[in-house]
Amino acid sequence: MTQLPQSTAKKLGLVIDLDTCVGCHACVTSCKGWNTENYGVPLSDDDAYGANPIGTFLNRVHSFEVQPEATGGCGSSAQTVHFPKSCLHCDDAPCVTVCPTGASYKRQEDGIVLVDEDACMGCGLCAWACPYGARELDSDSGVMKKCTLCVDRIYNENLPEEDRQPACVRTCPAGARHFGDFADPESNVSKLVEERGGFELMPEQGTKPVNRYLPPRKKDSWDSANNNVLPLNAISQEPKGFLKWLDSALGKV
Amino acid sequence: MHPAPSVIIFTVLTGLGFGFITWLGIGMPEVMGKSAFITYFGAFALSVIGLISSTFHLGNPKNAYKSFSQWRTSWLSREGWLAVATLLVTGLFAFLLIFFDKNLQILGYISSVLAVLTVIATSMIYIQIKAVPRWSHRSVMFYFITVSLAGGAILAGQHKPALVLTILAVIVQIVTWKIGDGRFKESGSTMETATGLGSIGKVRLFESPHTGDNYLLKEMAYVVGRRHANKLRALTLLFMGVIPAVLLLLSNGNTVALVLTAISHLIGAFASRWLFFAEAEHVVGLYYGKR
Repeated sequence: MTQLPQSTAKKLGLVIDLDTCVGCHACVTSCKGWNTENYGVPLSDDDAYGANPIGTFLNRVHSFEVQPEATGGCGSSAQTVHFPKSCLHCDDAPCVTVCPTGASYKRQEDGIVLVDEDACMGCGLCAWACPYGARELDSDSGVMKKCTLCVDRIYNENLPEEDRQPACVRTCPAGARHFGDFADPESNVSKLVEERGGFELMPEQGTKPVNRYLPPRKKDSWDSANNNVLPLNAISQEPKGFLKWLDSALGKV
Repeated sequence: MHPAPSVIIFTVLTGLGFGFITWLGIGMPEVMGKSAFITYFGAFALSVIGLISSTFHLGNPKNAYKSFSQWRTSWLSREGWLAVATLLVTGLFAFLLIFFDKNLQILGYISSVLAVLTVIATSMIYIQIKAVPRWSHRSVMFYFITVSLAGGAILAGQHKPALVLTILAVIVQIVTWKIGDGRFKESGSTMETATGLGSIGKVRLFESPHTGDNYLLKEMAYVVGRRHANKLRALTLLFMGVIPAVLLLLSNGNTVALVLTAISHLIGAFASRWLFFAEAEHVVGLYYGKR
């Protein structure tokens, strides 16, 4: 079970657009909502209304500040990047192979990495093995929770077709999250990665993540030499003829 | 990494017990009847207390029996098999020694080999975690083996091997620290690679996902007490190295000195293992601006 498949027929995953994400955390909320009510045990919260609330989340949005080098192409002003992070459904998922009970597995048919909660003993070794922090041990149930890519939505024929995508993708008001099959070069996600130069997180960890991130687009800059936007000229004009007479006459009154 | 007491007790006591079994298995010392009962009772007590302690950090221990199923890929599963095999073979060997005064030496040798393999499997659980660069190095295996064999030799009353292994364990410990200190940098993981934003510039955390704590931070971004690391390293060297070495040199194998040596070794081993966890940094800390 915990042997990784040689290859998967599909490679389902997400493309997250760091240019478009506004950091509203709607994906965090919808993820928590869907996954608390559906697949597996609920995502618990401890001390939810107390001084130290703590809970399980499968998707979290970090915000980073990036400071370009003074001579960099984007000028020298820092930019804020909102950064949603969930399971990347790695091809070489280290979380799967370390699992002693066989609870963790990567599906041959679509590449989704899942946890069979009925087999998990809550040792937490898979969470240690994941460099991205995609797995969290639920303090209430004692089993490992992770993103399922909403496996109970994407194939769910009881849902209208437009809802058959992960809750985070469906809910994103900015359209910053895209769901699709990376094994198909003609898919929306493959094309986005191609066009926008999608990248992997921590490639040096050798996990071969499926999910890709799109970099922020280049910012405009005022101090650039080829800046051809001119300042606006004054458009007020001195009146002529009758209006000039009226203006001066009224001015004397 | 969070230094969970259950895991520290588990690795230290099981390592010590299995080190003891290693020496007993090769007939150092040779025990029969009552003496065999006492020594093997001690070795089993240490190993079993350690193994039971390991179940205390499980969130869902009712599924623990399933951990024997994935030996093809999982070092934790392999460790489980090896530990059980070691205890079974050792149990049979000891049973024949205690009740029948029969020394089936081949069983003893097998128990020694299995005990060492179990300690190696324990070390591999940590070595395989690439996301914790300090652990992900072969030196960690020698660290686990030398500490286990040194402790076992002290308990087995093997005066000279104990002295040699204590010195060796300290050398390996220092080398492991030295290598470990540079491992995070060698891993190449930075906030820039973690976010993929390095092509734009230098990255720092602007806002954490939540104002509160979470499982990842508690478990993998443990920073408390790291500032005491140097003091604890000194204590480790003192209790695991200097005191046992001096006691072994000055005494000539008398029991009181050996007991004191064993106690000192155990204190040092606990300090060392606490550091092994507390000093280890997980790359996920990069997403939280914590290292």
